Formats: sequence, C-alpha cells, structure tokens
Amino acid sequence: MQKFSLILGLFCWVNYGIAQPKLTVPLQLPSGFKSTIVANDFGKVRHIAVHSNGDIYMKLDKLVNGKGIIRLRDANKDGVMEDTLAFGNYTGTGIGIHNGYLYATSDQTIYRYPLDANQNIVNPDQPEILVDGLLNKRQHASKSITFDRQGHIYVNIGAPSNVCQEQDRQKGSPGLTPCPILENAGGIWQFSTTKLNQSFSDGVRYATGMRNALGIDWNNEVNELYVTIHGRDMLYQYFPEMYNQKTGAELPSETFYRVKQGDDCGWPYVHWDHFQNKKILNPEYGGDGKKEGAPNAISPLVGFPGHMAPNALLIYKGNQFPERYKHGAFIAFHGSWNRSPEPQEGFYVVFVPMKNGQPTGKWEVFADGFSGMSPVTNLSAAKHRPTGLAEGADGALYVSDDKAGHVWKIIYKP
Amino acid sequence: MRFKKHCILYCLSMLLGFLVSAQSKTLSESKRLANGKKVYSMYCLACHQADGNGVPRLNPPLAGTDYVTGSKTRLIDIVLYGLTEPLEINDEVYNNPMASHAFLSDQQVADVLSYIRNSFGNKAGMIAATEVKKQRNRQPKK
Repeated sequence: MQKFSLILGLFCWVNYGIAQPKLTVPLQLPSGFKSTIVANDFGKVRHIAVHSNGDIYMKLDKLVNGKGIIRLRDANKDGVMEDTLAFGNYTGTGIGIHNGYLYATSDQTIYRYPLDANQNIVNPDQPEILVDGLLNKRQHASKSITFDRQGHIYVNIGAPSNVCQEQDRQKGSPGLTPCPILENAGGIWQFSTTKLNQSFSDGVRYATGMRNALGIDWNNEVNELYVTIHGRDMLYQYFPEMYNQKTGAELPSETFYRVKQGDDCGWPYVHWDHFQNKKILNPEYGGDGKKEGAPNAISPLVGFPGHMAPNALLIYKGNQFPERYKHGAFIAFHGSWNRSPEPQEGFYVVFVPMKNGQPTGKWEVFADGFSGMSPVTNLSAAKHRPTGLAEGADGALYVSDDKAGHVWKIIYKP
Repeated sequence: MRFKKHCILYCLSMLLGFLVSAQSKTLSESKRLANGKKVYSMYCLACHQADGNGVPRLNPPLAGTDYVTGSKTRLIDIVLYGLTEPLEINDEVYNNPMASHAFLSDQQVADVLSYIRNSFGNKAGMIAATEVKKQRNRQPKK
C-alpha cells in the first residue's frame, strides 16, 4: 500500500511537472475559475485559435526553427499537449479557424489551409492565398482577422502612423486634413472567403478612422463587428502645455467599439476622453484638450485608461462560464509603455458584461498577474504580456503571451 | 640643493595642476551627464524607457548595443536626422520610426548622447558639442 501511494505520488508529481511547467506567475481569477499553462516558451505567440477537437494553433511573430505557426495537440488525451506540428515560413499575428479552413496572416497576406475530416492540415507547406498586398509599413502592421456568417473575412489594416502628422512622431509637426493614410489603412477591410488570390482592391473598406484595431471579433448574438483600438501616443510629450505627466498617461482612452458598415471612429482627428466622455480634437488638428471634433464619428462602448494596448477581443459564446459571461467581451491588454515615467498599466484580461450587444455594467479585471509584479515600472521587467484570446469548444478561455510564449487555459470549476 | 628644491616645487605644482584639471574635468563631465539625464527624461524616456531597455517590436533598447556605444557619428546622425529603416538589435526587430530631434542644441545632443553612452550599463566616451555641430553642418544623406 505504501509502495503504491509512493508510486502514485511520484506519477502525480511527474505529470504535474509536465502539465504545468514553470508555474512562476500565479494568475488572479474570480472565484471558481482555475488556470493552467498549456504551452510555454514558444517566443512571440501573438493570436491563437482553438479547434473543435482541442488543437491549439499559435501564430508566431518570430520564427522558431524557421516556422511561424505551431499546432499543439493532445494526441493521447492525457491532458498534456505533447504533439507539436510546426509549419508556415512567415511571421505575423492573425489566426482563425472558419468553415473547414485554418486562416493565418503575415503583415501583408492572408493565407489559409484546408482541414480534412480528421482535423489535420491537408498540406502544411502549400497554403492557399486568399488576399495579398495589404499595406505593410511595419508600424501597426499586424493583420488580425475575424469572420461573419455570410462568407466574409474582416482584417485590421492599422495606420502606419501615430496621428497622421506631416512628419510622423515629430513634435510640432501638424496633422494632415484629409489624412491620406485612410485610403488604404486605418480601418477594417472586408474580403470574400470564397475567392482566392484577391488583391487589396478586391476588398471593401468596411469601417474607417481606426488607428490600430488589433482586437477584432464578430458578435454572433447581434450579427455585428466589434473592435478594440490602440489610441494615440505622446499627448504629454508633445503638448506639455495641455497635458501633464498624469493626464498624458491616462489619455487618450483605449477604446472598444461596436461597428456598422461605413462607420468612422474618428482617427486621426479626435481621440476619446473617458473622463469627459467626449471625442476631443487632437492638438495636431487645432485641439486644446477640450474642443470636440469629428461630429460624424461614432463613440465607443467603453473607454479604458490610456496606452494599455488592447491586443485581442473575444465575445464569449460558450456555456461553461456562469450566465453573466455569455455574450460578454473579454479583452486582452498587452500592457503599456507610453505611460512612462508613470508606472505601466495593463498586462491583464478584462471582462465587459454585455447583453444584446451593449454593455450592461462596468468593465472589470478578469485575469491578472501576468506581469509578475506590481507596479510595473520598467516594461522590460514584465514577465508576460497578454496578446491573444481564443475559446475552446467546451467554453474554456485561452490567453496567449508574446513575451515568454505561454498559453493559459482558464476554466470554470467551482 | 637649490635645484632639488625647485624640482620638488615644480613637481608639486605639476601634480596640483593635474589634480585640479582632473577634478574640474570630472566636475564638468558630471554636470554634462546630469544635463543629459534631464534631456533624456524629457525627450527620450517615453519610448526608450527609464531603464534604457526600450519596447519589444517597437522602440529599440539603448542598453548593450553598438548603435549607442559604437560610432559617434552614426549615433549623432540618428538624433539629428531620425531613423525610419527597420533596426535589428540582439535578434529583435524594431519598427517604430525615430523622429528627428534637430530642435535640440548641439550641447543638448552632446550631453544626452554622453549620458546614454554612460548609463544602463554602457561605458563609452563622451561626445562633444563640436562633434554634433560637424554632423549638423554636413548635408544629411537622403
């Protein structure tokens, strides 16, 4: 008996060691939720997708052994993702599974891979090209994607600019009116998923006035697009006469929008100010911190504290979490850099309760502790930075990190 | 005897002179580094961070890179003329553009560069305002 329990104990210990490697950063979650690390040390893991059989696909923004996509599979169903398949020779951010295809993006191309009946990639080395030639000028170049149920894919084409100045990021350089960047970036473009080898001109500019809508998801409850946008940098540094160290850290808001076709979110002319609840004219366009602007631009559903970098958005569809989470929004905040010299903020996953496509309460921090410290004074010290979100068929929530390349699985098990 | 006395006096005065000049050099250097730190806090820290480690994917580090501790003219040019090409440092690519900071005076540029060359674990020579002026007066490469 003693021998048996010793062996059992040893087995549990070994199993735990594999399943939960390097559990150095414990996450803080609401009561009843539990987290496990299901992948670690894959480098720059950006967005992630989880297939109906539990396979995890990770898009890497830095190649690992020459590969930019990793599939993790628990082939023997013991709870450990021991089976690794690496493919794709390009870096990038976007990834998603839709109607029998795995989609993945580089910073200028949308690729896709047919999946067979056994949920395997048919030909990992020969993806189809859905769209090529999307603007890639390196700044805000990540191409995140989502899908509606009418055969369309939506892709974020971020503006390669801070606030569309004549000279980008040059203190004192005026803003351009109209901003020429908005012609082929600074918005969401819609493409068909039924036609291969499309070019940029085959797409429709679905919505505009977005600096970098890195978080993007389709809300099936109301059949509409939702995005989270990274707000502009440098209000305090460029305009110390209007903003101080503290207000420049808090402003502008990071934003969460419900977007209809043709909507304009106001970039680069205005930024959202969650203290005044107004679209404030950017100083590069004649603003003074109070003047409003862009009357035709829509307002966000939520304005969050500045610079926290909402890198991913997921509208929760599952039934595993308690009822209040259904149709609500999870947002992964990468964590700020442009709050210096104030402490950095973010490095957590937020939840916004929603029903019928509208928020029903205040936003709350759902999963915290990724940075491994508080406060974060130097960004380089933060241990993990949440970047991607995915939902399993069982309703589990997955969170990726592009600092150390971890993926967490969060389940509800009271 | 008299010669010996002279010699000692001479040596003492030389030593004193050396000590004074060394001391004043250190004083002016530390003053320049303090001024450089001020310039850094105002114009550089937001992107390159308080610890000089920058921001992954976006803003390059100033700690532990040849761009800072190597060629003075290349470093001065980055501050005066900005930088828009992708920069790879220690296996990481940085994508945000660096704006021209030509609005800073020669002395401010010299001081802030001397400061970053001697901070964050870096140890490299000071940069003089005359060296900045020389780079400012040449035609920038297009």
